[in-house]
Amino acid sequence: MAYALELKALRKSFGKTDIIRGVDLAVSAGERIAVIGPNGAGKSTLFNLISGRLMPSSGEVLLNGQRIDGKQPYEINRLGLSRSFQITNIFPKLSVFENLRCGVLWSLGYKYTFLRFLSNLDDANERTEELVRQVGLEKKRDVHAVNLTYAEQRALEIGVTIAGGAGVILLDEPTAGMSKTETSHFIALIKQVTIGKTLLTVEHDMGVVFGLADKIAVVVYGEVIAFDTPDAVRANAKVQEAYLGSSVADAQAGH
Amino acid sequence: MTSTNYYRFKPWNIGRVLIWSLFALMLIVSPLVFRSSLALTMLSQMGYLTIICLSYNILLGQGGMLSFGHAVYTGLGAFVAVHAMNLAAAKGGVPIPLVAIPLVGGLAGLLFAVLLGYVTTKKSGTTFAMITLGIGELVAAMSLMFPGFFGGEGGVTTNRTYGSFFGWTFGPQIQVYYLIAAYCFVCTALMFAFTGTPLGRMLNAVRDNPERVEFIGYDTQRVRYLGFIIAGFFAGIGGALASINFEIVNASDSLSGVRSGGYLLFTFLGGATFFFGPIIGAVLLVLASVLLSELTKAWLLYLGLVFLFMVMYAPGGVASLIMMNLRVARFGKFNRLWGLYGGLLLTGAVMVVGAAAIVEMVYHMQLNSALGDTVNFMGVELDTKRATSWIGVAALLAIGVALVEVVRRRFARVWGQAQEEIEAEIKRRETA
Repeated sequence: MAYALELKALRKSFGKTDIIRGVDLAVSAGERIAVIGPNGAGKSTLFNLISGRLMPSSGEVLLNGQRIDGKQPYEINRLGLSRSFQITNIFPKLSVFENLRCGVLWSLGYKYTFLRFLSNLDDANERTEELVRQVGLEKKRDVHAVNLTYAEQRALEIGVTIAGGAGVILLDEPTAGMSKTETSHFIALIKQVTIGKTLLTVEHDMGVVFGLADKIAVVVYGEVIAFDTPDAVRANAKVQEAYLGSSVADAQAGH
Repeated sequence: MTSTNYYRFKPWNIGRVLIWSLFALMLIVSPLVFRSSLALTMLSQMGYLTIICLSYNILLGQGGMLSFGHAVYTGLGAFVAVHAMNLAAAKGGVPIPLVAIPLVGGLAGLLFAVLLGYVTTKKSGTTFAMITLGIGELVAAMSLMFPGFFGGEGGVTTNRTYGSFFGWTFGPQIQVYYLIAAYCFVCTALMFAFTGTPLGRMLNAVRDNPERVEFIGYDTQRVRYLGFIIAGFFAGIGGALASINFEIVNASDSLSGVRSGGYLLFTFLGGATFFFGPIIGAVLLVLASVLLSELTKAWLLYLGLVFLFMVMYAPGGVASLIMMNLRVARFGKFNRLWGLYGGLLLTGAVMVVGAAAIVEMVYHMQLNSALGDTVNFMGVELDTKRATSWIGVAALLAIGVALVEVVRRRFARVWGQAQEEIEAEIKRRETA
């Protein structure tokens, strides 16, 4: 059976600078993967390559066995891959409900039609109401997205991402900028709305990573240096070196 | 679930039926109330300009596309309509009744939008604006190269009375008005309906955040392109109605960048953020270009100043001012504003009279000094050669500005307090 998402020798360079230097990764359907790594390791670039925001320099990206590298973001989305953004990326002058409904429309086949009224699209409206409840924004249903609090905007960001019912979800630092209590509440939300889906998430908070992920992919300098279960990754010497290298070096220098 | 939805939307519909009935009634009754031929001319112009400004707002307000070339589509629609009328009037010509001519213009607008819009909507933002400007100039320049179609400097004339439709010859202006009014109502309704369709909503989404739209399955270029084509269709209808109204189209006027600028300016003044804003814009456009231009030679200066103040202090246009005050009224806090609005009106009048007197005196010195030194301003003879008249009007302006500032500060405080109370009220309702 084909993997839900598979990267083969994926490379990306900007000019002479190699950002992604040959990444291989195979994610089975239903797995939750946390992508971790130091700042500037190329985690976000990796997401941009997968979701079509950037074109790879070489290599392949396969979604359920089908090549998606070189396709436009909207084509990739229609094939069942959806992503969120590190910097909140929603429709500020539309209400919460409208934001989510925009995310629903294509998946239900309404495309570019101007011959039907939105208010009559019962399936889209019911699905949207359900999403509003899922992300816990019932009380803000008709509030413009720009007037939401930061945490609410992050929840809406997730809602728009899952609205189309994509099977593979990429979340780019979903908890960035949140307080501790907000984060734990939010992780519960993410777990609940991504049941049965394949999830890749970039995350810095190690508590979140170990709580959420089935497997962890460690990205350092544009390469995946480890891809395994949380416990195996924790015990991995290369990971320890990458993460603790400087402190180990300091400790040795001190002796 | 479904039943609560039903309940939610029901009160809306009654309000809508009421508003649309009132709109239809206004279109029918207006020429019976304002009976002069000038009024009828103005009402006719308001009718088709409403269609044009609303079609422009599909681009500006709903799609976030700042077009500097909307006159291309109204103008080309008008030219095709005029030729269609001449064709229909010719012996053995194509029998197109006059009532269908606006549709011919609309199809022309649509076709040109399909053709030119494909290039235009490739880009968004500043690049989009630049391309529309370029295409506008291109079409305007082209019109001089094809005198056969565009009629050169004299334009193309026509005669709308080539046939009759159930006894209507469309000779009398009142019959033309009702033709325009019928189209105005139907087009306004259709354009409003468009805002409630999937494409209409995705156009808003593209306006707000084109990048995100790409990641929820939609091709932003396609959304903009389709929106552009629909705007072109209604623009063509508006242009065709204009050509029926005047029985002449002139390329140097109808296709000019100035005309495009006018649509932009008044759509903005009326208010691009609300659907009905451009209707107000169309009314203001006619009032300004017909009445204000009669009243004073300096009308473009006044218009420019109004536009400037609007952009700076009320970027949502007249429509947003109305909606902001309605919000205050809905929360029952409007009573405290009556006196302040009265004050603003009075002191504002003093300021405007002072400023206008100075402008008129300067204009008189520049343009009409051969007619004598005095200028009649609102029944007062002002001598431009005497220092006292200058000091007088300057003092009036100074007093006006000072008074306005005093009232404005009071107003800002009371207004701000009302807004705070409303915010608190909304918070309270949310938590309740």
